[in-house]
Amino acid sequence: MVYLTRRYRFSAGHRLHNDDLSAEENRLVYGKCNNPNGHGHNYLLEVTVTGTINPATGMVFDLVALDGIVAERVLEKLDHKNLNLDMENFRTQVPTTENLCLEIYELLCTPLEEAGAERGLQLDRVRLEETSLNSFEYVPGNAGGKKGNG
Amino acid sequence: MIYVTRRAEFSASHYYHNPQFTPEENRRIFGKCNNPLGHGHNYTVEVTVSGAINPTTGMVLDLKELKVLLEQEVIQLMDHKFLNKEVPAFAEKNPTTENISVEIWNLLAPKLAHGKLHRIRVYETQDLFVDYYGE
Repeated sequence: MVYLTRRYRFSAGHRLHNDDLSAEENRLVYGKCNNPNGHGHNYLLEVTVTGTINPATGMVFDLVALDGIVAERVLEKLDHKNLNLDMENFRTQVPTTENLCLEIYELLCTPLEEAGAERGLQLDRVRLEETSLNSFEYVPGNAGGKKGNG
Repeated sequence: MIYVTRRAEFSASHYYHNPQFTPEENRRIFGKCNNPLGHGHNYTVEVTVSGAINPTTGMVLDLKELKVLLEQEVIQLMDHKFLNKEVPAFAEKNPTTENISVEIWNLLAPKLAHGKLHRIRVYETQDLFVDYYGE
């Protein structure tokens, strides 16, 4: 088993706001991220897949196929978009980077695992940097222990 | 348990090719990496060793020991080399980042005197890396 990680970049706008909270509570919880006009980030996305090495190619998965799936399923949907307004799920859910990690995992999991089914490819994790100072990682079924040390 | 990571860099060239594939298949599967003249990368290797802290020294292992081991076993073998032609492990196996990670594990694991080899990470570019945990 090897773990292959590829990095991608996209830029998007968002506003952190929960309609169930009062205006005062929203300001308290989300601070300047609650600005009604929104703001943006350059996100750095890391997608990690895991599987066995194909002895004929020496590869776990075709990088061109990986790039194509990430571009079609994620980057085209998110890049230069307003996450709150352009993404169906974020009309009702706050587009924090935590929720965005889960959303990207859901968008990629089935297409990647279907494309790599021949070698039992699995989507291991999705890691997202909102800025260079904060990052979020979703590893299903793993509390971030043995293989979670980045 | 503490994890100690040491980084090293090497520059090498490679190409991807399987003699059992037709030229057309090789071009389709490996794309521009199939150029038989090769192309190069600046690779970064991260070696992570786990272990308990020695109460006398406060260290898991002597980092100099790891640095020397990396230099002798990996850097001297791969730095400024054409991996397909000059590294025996890749005479019949593509020097993909996947296979390089496994090879570095196999080179270091038996020689590590202290601590337990936890992970080999190899960056082919800033945006592409492979992790291998020995299994």
